Amino acid sequence: MKPGRRFVRRAGIASTEQNGGAVATLSGTWTLAVVGREIDALNAELAALAKRAGTSWDCTGIEAFDSAGALLLWRTWGRRLPGAISLRPEHRRIFERLAAADQCPAPAGEPRLSYAWIRKLGDGAFKLQAHLVDFVALTGQVALNLVYLCRHPAELPRREISANLFKAGVRAMPVTALVGWLIGVVLSYLSSLQLRQFGADVFIINILGLGIIRELGPLLVAILIAGRTGSAMTAQLGVMRVTEEIDALNVMGVQRSLRLIFPKVAALAVVMPLLVVWTTAAALLGGMLAAQIQLDISAPFFFQTLPKAVPIGNVWIALSKGLVFGIAVALVACHFGMRVKPNTESLSANTTSSVVTAITVVILLDAVFAIVTRNVGLA
Amino acid sequence: MRDESLHPCNDQVPIISVRNLGTRFGRNWVLRNLDLEIERGEMVALVGGSGSGKTTLLRQIDGLLIPTEGEVRIFGESLFGGGILRERAIRRRFGVLFQQGALFSALNVYDNVAFPLRELKLLDEGMIHDLVMLKLAMVELLPQHAALMPAELSGGMIKRVSLARALALEPELLLLDEPTAGLDPDRSDSFVRLICGLGAELGLTVVFVTHDLDTLAALATKVAVLAEQRILAYGALREVMQMDHPFIHNFFHSERAARALNAAALTTKA
Ligand SMILES: Nc1ncnc2c1ncn2[C@@H]1O[C@H](COP(=O)(O)OP(=O)(O)OP(=O)(O)O)[C@@H](O)[C@H]1O
Ligand SMILES: [Mg+2]
Repeated sequence: MKPGRRFVRRAGIASTEQNGGAVATLSGTWTLAVVGREIDALNAELAALAKRAGTSWDCTGIEAFDSAGALLLWRTWGRRLPGAISLRPEHRRIFERLAAADQCPAPAGEPRLSYAWIRKLGDGAFKLQAHLVDFVALTGQVALNLVYLCRHPAELPRREISANLFKAGVRAMPVTALVGWLIGVVLSYLSSLQLRQFGADVFIINILGLGIIRELGPLLVAILIAGRTGSAMTAQLGVMRVTEEIDALNVMGVQRSLRLIFPKVAALAVVMPLLVVWTTAAALLGGMLAAQIQLDISAPFFFQTLPKAVPIGNVWIALSKGLVFGIAVALVACHFGMRVKPNTESLSANTTSSVVTAITVVILLDAVFAIVTRNVGLA
Repeated sequence: MRDESLHPCNDQVPIISVRNLGTRFGRNWVLRNLDLEIERGEMVALVGGSGSGKTTLLRQIDGLLIPTEGEVRIFGESLFGGGILRERAIRRRFGVLFQQGALFSALNVYDNVAFPLRELKLLDEGMIHDLVMLKLAMVELLPQHAALMPAELSGGMIKRVSLARALALEPELLLLDEPTAGLDPDRSDSFVRLICGLGAELGLTVVFVTHDLDTLAALATKVAVLAEQRILAYGALREVMQMDHPFIHNFFHSERAARALNAAALTTKA
């Protein structure tokens, strides 16, 4: 081999006939990179040789050998060294290792069940139960934290709460305002097209006022916050589990629910009603603008009529929806965050579940609100 | 004719050559004017104080970090600039063991070791299974460990699984960052035996970072001392120990070191 010379490495097989039996002479490079390239051809050639009785094998010509090359031969030989073989001593070691690896019994796989779907159904039911139990426990824990903090106000995690207020509240203001404003414009534009046909122009104020303040505003904010803040909360708690930070907090005697979960719930409980007001205002402004352009309803008139069209009860409903949705989103996010197992797959699955569940829960709660408050605020 | 270029057989050039390397993080130079040439077949121990830049140097050799200045050649070529196929072909010729293991947390032990083999897209599952089991046996893991997830492993087992993964592609060069940290003395010894054996069988070249003098004395054919942002000394253990430098003095001539090195000398004589 001259320095710097390049050539194609190959695994060589040659067979000759010698007093009755075949002699297989192996040469060249028998390494993963080389045998991998022509594995099917090699396999076929070796199998043909191995099938003949009394083949003797000469492997001394092999220059480079690794366990992949050895395994190829091992498998054609039926997982043992053939009787007639000449082998370099350093290569014999590789086969010894292969033999040793075969000695270890393979672990028994899971037994196959007929009716796997019944089992799956049962597993699903137990899983749901575990989720519900955990969720109730988490809610109770947060409630206990609240009681504890009322007794020991000095232990209020101020920094964490204020950081969460900033992240979940202030940072969310631009996007919620933009979305609210656009929805307001679209809703107002489409409604005014219809209303003008009936000459019922002024009722745009009723539609916008009631629809946005009572329903759309709180729901919109809750969905946005579930996607934006809820996912972030789940991911944060999840990564803290993956990197064992939560364990580190525990051994330092820091109560994780007080330090990690309570601040998130408290912050969203405070910030969501405020965001509801903010987004509703943006949506109403958008609606007002479209109404002015489409129906010539002036801004002062819009403002004067709004309180008459929408009883004040609706505002209270909106605020309490904000509060409840905020607490729900935060609890769901923390619930899934704490269930993350220390691997990336579980992290992504739980983050997805967190957002989907939070939005579903919010819509369910909204339905409950609709039933409970059916006699409030509808003039 | 691509295969030809993918398997250059220039055995004479150093397997790793680092020239005038400098690394800066922000304003802070971690490495400066560093030169190192490692020949084929050597077992090189890279030693240095904590935070001296050993991991950083390894990360530049395996191409995870681009040097601020200077040049790194591996198998006589630069990893970069030859296109993605060429880079991949070079990368398949060396295995890396990370300091923290870096196992894929979503895959179990078996799939972690099988991953690089499957990436080759050349082997069938039966062959992959046998190879994985062989590698696991080589690092003294039992077949029932194959189904465990990385989070269910002990610190030492993580090390051994990532070693098995690094060995999966039968590399010519192994870069090991603290391979024996977290292993019990028995396992450390069998690790040393394994690497020694592989070196003899496959002509493996190994660069390993270690703070463990027993491992160093038993395994290393050469020692590279990293201090003052460069390779202070590179040579056989005996030569390096003779140098007069505070770090070398502290590292090799403390009471603890003397004990370990003497014991190793006795066992090699016996
Ligand atoms: N990505 C980075 N950004 C900034 N500084 C870094 C980065 N990586 C490493 N450093 C710094 O470079 C120095 C060398 O780090 P390195 O991890 O290489 O040390 P080491 O020799 O491997 O130490 P140990 O033996 O403790 O593993 C340290 O001071 C570290 O703070
Ligand atoms: Mg390091």
